[in-house]
Amino acid sequence: MLAALWVIVTATFFLMHSIPGDPFLSDKVTEAIRQNMLRKYGLDKPLWEQYVIYLGNLLRGDFGTSLKMLHRSVNDMIRDGFPVSALLGLEALAYAVTIGLLLGTLAGFRHNTWLDYLAMFVALIGISVPGFIMGGLMQYIIGLKLGWLPIARWEGFRYTIMPAVALGLGTLAVMARMMRTSVLEVTNQDYIKTAKAKGLSQREIVFRHVLRNAILPIVTILGPLTAAIVTGSFVIELIFGIPGLGKYYVQSIFNRDYTLILGTTIFYAILLVFLNFLVDVAYGIVDPRIRLMRSRE
Amino acid sequence: MAGERLLEVKDLEVSFYTYAGKVHAVRGVSFHVSRGETLAIVGESGCGKTVSVQSTIKLIPIPPGKIEGGTVVFDGKDLAAMSDRDLQSVRGAEIGVIFQDPMTSLNPTMTVGRQITEALIKHQKLSGAQARRRAIEMLSLVEIPNPKERFRQYPHQFSGGMRQRVMIAIALSCNPKLLIADEPTTGLDVTIQAQILDLMKSLQTKLDTSIILITHDLGVVSKLADRIVVMYAGKVAEAGSSEDIFYNPLHPYTQALLRSVPRLHEETRRDLLAIPGTPPDLFVPPKGCAFAPRCSRTMRVCLDHQPGDFAAGGHHTVACWLADRRAAHVREAHAHRAEAEDAGARGGAS
Repeated sequence: MLAALWVIVTATFFLMHSIPGDPFLSDKVTEAIRQNMLRKYGLDKPLWEQYVIYLGNLLRGDFGTSLKMLHRSVNDMIRDGFPVSALLGLEALAYAVTIGLLLGTLAGFRHNTWLDYLAMFVALIGISVPGFIMGGLMQYIIGLKLGWLPIARWEGFRYTIMPAVALGLGTLAVMARMMRTSVLEVTNQDYIKTAKAKGLSQREIVFRHVLRNAILPIVTILGPLTAAIVTGSFVIELIFGIPGLGKYYVQSIFNRDYTLILGTTIFYAILLVFLNFLVDVAYGIVDPRIRLMRSRE
Repeated sequence: MAGERLLEVKDLEVSFYTYAGKVHAVRGVSFHVSRGETLAIVGESGCGKTVSVQSTIKLIPIPPGKIEGGTVVFDGKDLAAMSDRDLQSVRGAEIGVIFQDPMTSLNPTMTVGRQITEALIKHQKLSGAQARRRAIEMLSLVEIPNPKERFRQYPHQFSGGMRQRVMIAIALSCNPKLLIADEPTTGLDVTIQAQILDLMKSLQTKLDTSIILITHDLGVVSKLADRIVVMYAGKVAEAGSSEDIFYNPLHPYTQALLRSVPRLHEETRRDLLAIPGTPPDLFVPPKGCAFAPRCSRTMRVCLDHQPGDFAAGGHHTVACWLADRRAAHVREAHAHRAEAEDAGARGGAS
C-alpha cells in the first residue's frame, strides 16, 4: 500500500514537472520577478533535489503551501474543501445505491414488464450520458426553466440535490443494471427452489434468500464505482461552482500549482486505497466464503 | 405397507409455453402413492418425471409452465385447485423435497442451521431455541458428526454427500407425510450414493414417510422401490410392483431399459444394449404411441392410435397395444422368436 503511494507520488511529481510552463509564467509578470518567485519556492533547484525535499516534507505530513493562492497551505485547503466534496460524494453514492438497487431489484422481479423497461431506460440514459452533460441539462431545465432548485453554489441542502444526482447518475445506472441481472440469476438458482419447497412465502424468499445473494456482485464493483464518483466530482464541482476539493484540483492543473497538484493527488490516492479496503471488508461480511478463507490463513 | 392412498394424481397435463412454442411435457399422467410406501418414477432425461412430480406442489416455474388438467389429491386435499399461498402450508410441512444437485441446492450465504430452522419456525411455530434443538437433532438423525458445530457452519464447509444429508434433514424436519426425492444421488459418487440410499431407507422406517423417488438409475430403484412407474415422452408406459417391472416387464420400452443395464455376473458376454433412436420432440407430440419409432415390435396400430392402459394383473398396467386381446398372436410369435434367439445365443457361446 505504501509502495503504491510512493509510485503515485513519484510519477505525479515527474510528470507534472514535464508539463511545459511554470506557475509564474504570465504576461503580467516580469522575468526578474518570476526568477525571484522561483527562488522563493525553491523551484530553481535541480529537480531531484526538489523531489527529495518534497518527500521529506511529505513524510512529516506537510503538503506545502499553494503557489497561486497566497499564504494558503495545501493542508488547509484539503481541510476546507474535502468535507464539501465528501458530503457531495456521499450524497451521490446514497442516491446511486438506494435508487439503483431499488430499480434493479424491481426490474429483476418484474422481468419483462413496463416497470422493467422503464428502469432499464433510465439506466441506459444514466450510462450513456456523461455527468457533466446531465449536470448542464439539469441546470437549464430544472434550475433555469422550472426554477425548482438553485442552479449553482453551495448554501444548504437544496443546493446539493442537483449536483449529487448528476454525479451519481452513472453509478446509479450501473448498479440498476447489475442488480437486475443478479436478481434474475439468483432467482433461477436451485437453492431458491429449495426455499420454495420449504413452504416459504414469496416475501420470505426474496428477503432472506434472493437479495443477499444478489447483492454480492454489486459489493465487488462498489470500489471502482466509488472511484468513479470521486473522479466525477472534479467536473461536477466546477460546473456547479461548489467550493470542494475537486474544483481546486482541476484549477491547480491549469495553474501549474505544483504543490496543490501533488497534495490533492496524494490525498485522493489515499482515499481510494482506503475505500477499496473498506469494500474488501464489506465483501467479507456479506459473503461467508470469503470471510472464512481469510481466517483460515 | 400398502394401505390407504396418500397421493393420487390423475390425468395430469403440464405444458411449457416457450418462445419456440408450446411443449407438452406431461400428457395425462396418473399415479398414486400409498402411506409408507416408496414409489419410483423411472425414465430417461426429459421424459417428464420431474415435471409431473414437482407439478403436484407447483414447484415448476409458472409461467412458462402451466398445469392444464388433472387432479392431485393429497391426504384428502385437492392440491391442483389450491392457490400458491395455500400450498405454502403443504410444502415443507407435509411434503418435503430433496433435489438432484446438493452442491447448488443450499443457500451459500446462510448457515446450515438457519436453513433447517427456517421451515421449523414457519410450520411448527417453534421458538428459536426449540427450532435449534430440533435442527441439531435432525443433523444427528442424518448421521452428520458434530451436529452442534455443523449447525453454525456454511454449506461450503460441507462435502457433497454431507450437503445431501443436510437437504434430507431440511426435507424431513417437519415430519412430512411424503418425501419427494428428485434424483437424490445423481450428483454423488457411487459409495456416497449407497450411503444416502441406506440413510433414506432407514429414515423411512423410522419416520414412516412415503417416498416418491425420481430417477433414471435402475440400480437405485431396485434398492428402494415398492412400486415403479416407467415414464416415456410425458406418459406412463408401464406401472406395477417392483417384481412386476423387474421380472415381468411387458412394455417393450421397459424391456429395452432393463436390457441396457450393465451386469457384472453374466454367463454370456454380450454387448451393452442401447435403445436406438431418440425420444420424440414434445413440441409436436406424436399421434400414436410415442415409443413406436424406436420399438422393435411396432405394429400398424401403434403409429396412429395411442394405446390405453391395459391391466396385466394386480396393479400392473401397461400402455402398449401388444397387451391388447387382439394382439395375442403377435405376442406368441415374439415369444417363440425370443426363445429361439436365446437358445441360439447359448449354443453359440458354449
